[in-house]
Amino acid sequence: MKPTDLFSKEWLIKRILLDTSESLSSEENEMLALLRHDIVEQPVIYIGTSSCGVVAGALKTLDAIKKYLEKHKIETRIVEVGCIGLCSAEPIVDIQLPGKPRLSFSNVMPSDVEILLGDLLHHTVPANNIIGQFRSKLHEPWSNVQFIDEHPFFKYQKRIVLINCGISDPINIEEYIAKGGYRSYLKAITSYTPEKVCQIVDKSGLRGRGGRGFYVGAKWKIAREHSSDQRYLICNCDESDPGAFMNRSVIESDPHLVIEGIAIAAYAIGATKAYIHIRKAYEKAIEQMTIALEQASKYGLTGNNILGSGVNMNIVLRSSAGAYISGEETALIRSIEGKRATPNHKPPFPTQIGLFEKPTVVNNVETLATLPAIFNMGPQWYAEHGTASSKGTKVFSISGRVKNIGLIEIPFGLSLKQVVFDIAGGTKDNKVFKALHLGGPSGFSLPENMLDTVIDFEELEKQGLSIGLGGMVVMDEDTCMVDVARFFIHFMKKESCGKCIPCREGSRRMSDIIDNITRNLSYETSFETLERFKGVMQLEEMAEIIKITSLCGLGKSAPNPILSTLKWFREEYEEHIFDRKCRAGVCQSLRKYYIDADKCTGCTACESKCPTNAIFGTPLNPYYIIEEKCIGCGICYDVCRFSAIFVK
Amino acid sequence: MEIETILEKYTGSQRDNLIPILEEIQEERGFISEEAIVKVSRFLKLPASKIYGVATFYDFFHFERQPAYHIRVCNGINCHLAGSDNILRKLEEELKVKAGQLTRDGIFKYELTGCLGACNSAPVIKINDEFYSGITADDISQIIEECKMKIKEA
Ligand SMILES: Cc1cc2nc3c(=O)[nH]c(=O)nc-3n(C[C@H](O)[C@H](O)[C@H](O)COP(=O)(O)O)c2cc1C
Ligand code: SF4
Repeated sequence: MKPTDLFSKEWLIKRILLDTSESLSSEENEMLALLRHDIVEQPVIYIGTSSCGVVAGALKTLDAIKKYLEKHKIETRIVEVGCIGLCSAEPIVDIQLPGKPRLSFSNVMPSDVEILLGDLLHHTVPANNIIGQFRSKLHEPWSNVQFIDEHPFFKYQKRIVLINCGISDPINIEEYIAKGGYRSYLKAITSYTPEKVCQIVDKSGLRGRGGRGFYVGAKWKIAREHSSDQRYLICNCDESDPGAFMNRSVIESDPHLVIEGIAIAAYAIGATKAYIHIRKAYEKAIEQMTIALEQASKYGLTGNNILGSGVNMNIVLRSSAGAYISGEETALIRSIEGKRATPNHKPPFPTQIGLFEKPTVVNNVETLATLPAIFNMGPQWYAEHGTASSKGTKVFSISGRVKNIGLIEIPFGLSLKQVVFDIAGGTKDNKVFKALHLGGPSGFSLPENMLDTVIDFEELEKQGLSIGLGGMVVMDEDTCMVDVARFFIHFMKKESCGKCIPCREGSRRMSDIIDNITRNLSYETSFETLERFKGVMQLEEMAEIIKITSLCGLGKSAPNPILSTLKWFREEYEEHIFDRKCRAGVCQSLRKYYIDADKCTGCTACESKCPTNAIFGTPLNPYYIIEEKCIGCGICYDVCRFSAIFVK
Repeated sequence: MEIETILEKYTGSQRDNLIPILEEIQEERGFISEEAIVKVSRFLKLPASKIYGVATFYDFFHFERQPAYHIRVCNGINCHLAGSDNILRKLEEELKVKAGQLTRDGIFKYELTGCLGACNSAPVIKINDEFYSGITADDISQIIEECKMKIKEA
């Protein structure tokens, strides 16, 4: 028996969304609790099947679970949920037994299913893989199991945007409504004028999460003041920053929250048509959003005359055919118009002349997903979180060489150090922390002494930094910072749209210089080394020019990774140039190979393969490599059967 | 589906439907042919050069028949740090073509792709719709062999 079969769409619309004056009967309340999964009538198994889960093997685990249930003829319900944020623990499986709080388990592989389900269905909690139990007012907690909000990864978080992620069924509109969803929207369109909606958002202090931190209320006001017969709202989910995945995750795990946010924003600016622009590579997000949009339309929450309010709002889903630059707002608009996604000069801003020449507001997914909570709980409540200049919370994706990889939502005001060491658990395998890269390809690599910086728009700006979309990548001693700079500038070179010269040619020149540094020129004279170093000297000057003269944000921020690594990791550049050494052993042509005399059996396999005859010795005795002759090709490493060759 | 049938669905539409039309054609026909570009240009009353200009701007569109196995190597920072370069090198060695080229037998093609956002399992490659996570260069030969086996069986 599915709880959703019982009560009809009409009941939900009438009693929960529209007529909230009369209190609900106890039977109705119980129904809501069932829909919300506060209580369950049979065991429910939740499994995270968003992209991060699927990549980690969630579908195989799901198969194993289904087989187990079939074999033992156990009546349960399986709910596919999104991502709770702890991606390194995927596949995550939650189990909720009647009368008990929900339990969450990490890294559940198909081979673990038998034991996990076997134990649990006999009411014992297996000791392995447990993340924690959910808090519940209705049920007695499991003894000796920590609460999930006590887990270090979750302890510091304040989940407003991620509230349902990984917890509810993303494409179950009934559950979303039962949890209070779409009520903010109906409150906005039935009780407030569009001006009032703008004022409320203004009061909350909400700033855009797409990078620049522009005040949302102010942006809307500009669009409203520009008289026009039509206005548009665009939800920007073109997220293509390497190492950023929060927008994808929010859409996959809670599409209705995004739809509700879009609807509120569209009402505020007087737009009757909105676009959601999702990156094509985010197939699952597009799939979930398509289903959610259909559900919302079936409930009459989008379309014309929404639930009799006289408000019209249509949402069109567009997929972006894969260009990083189409995340820039003017390029995004051109992409929707069916043109090449090249940015336009600003002003005029899209809020004045945008899509089809009409005033258009472009907002980030996260910005929009914050709106329902602001209307639900009030702007004062929202403004209580965060700092004086940055209100509320921000979602970050944290990845790289840390213990806990995933998605976190924290109030502004925490320090970077807290995020890296307390939430993400610090570096893996006891490696030494080297850098935190903040903000993707237009971001900055920061050394440990910068980690005391507080996460706050103003504070970061004072240091010349920015959050970007919110991607954080942690690097340890095995990372070469020159290689990191090289990676990002190559990315920018590829993604530059080519419209203006400083960015198009400048990014190419910068990557040439960096490539040159990481190359081994064996017979170089010291004069030539000096010439190469000049390239680095030019790098800084050129970066400044590119920053000032480029047309759009891509060019303006392309040199950031280089400038920041030059500033804080200059000694690595110098080592590469003068000593031709990469301390992390990453830059291939600067690698040198050595033979471990204890392991070498003198089999001669490497000697005959070395292209520069750098290996010497007598058969059956340990061989050695002449350092000056080694070009770091690694052939000896590949042919050695005794693991006697190592890199330094 | 014929190109005409796809275009019919968009009757009366303007330039802003160009990208959705091209997407649908590619989904149905596998790639964007010259014929398709000419037909779309007549349909939208836009010069064919403009259509081609738009289509070539976006990485998603391709203009030749696609191989049975399209291998995408994630170009995210995490995959890079975890050694996706080695994977590329190995692919080049195994398939004996450069990134973006079709192999002689027309079965494989590999290329770098934008961050797939699966940073928890780096390095990641995607073959058609299937993800392979946490792989090393050594796994590549076996994965390629498996693909070849599947072709032989089919
Ligand atoms: C190269 C480039 C890429 C961008 N990519 C994105 C993106 O993927 N998602 C996004 O929301 N904003 C992106 N932006 C910022 C947008 O131009 C725009 O400022 C933002 O969508 C505004 O949303 P907000 O007011 O909610 O912050 C990008 C900007 C530039 C210059
Ligand atoms: S700065 Fe770069 S991406 Fe931006 S318009 Fe100029 S060439 Fe294009």
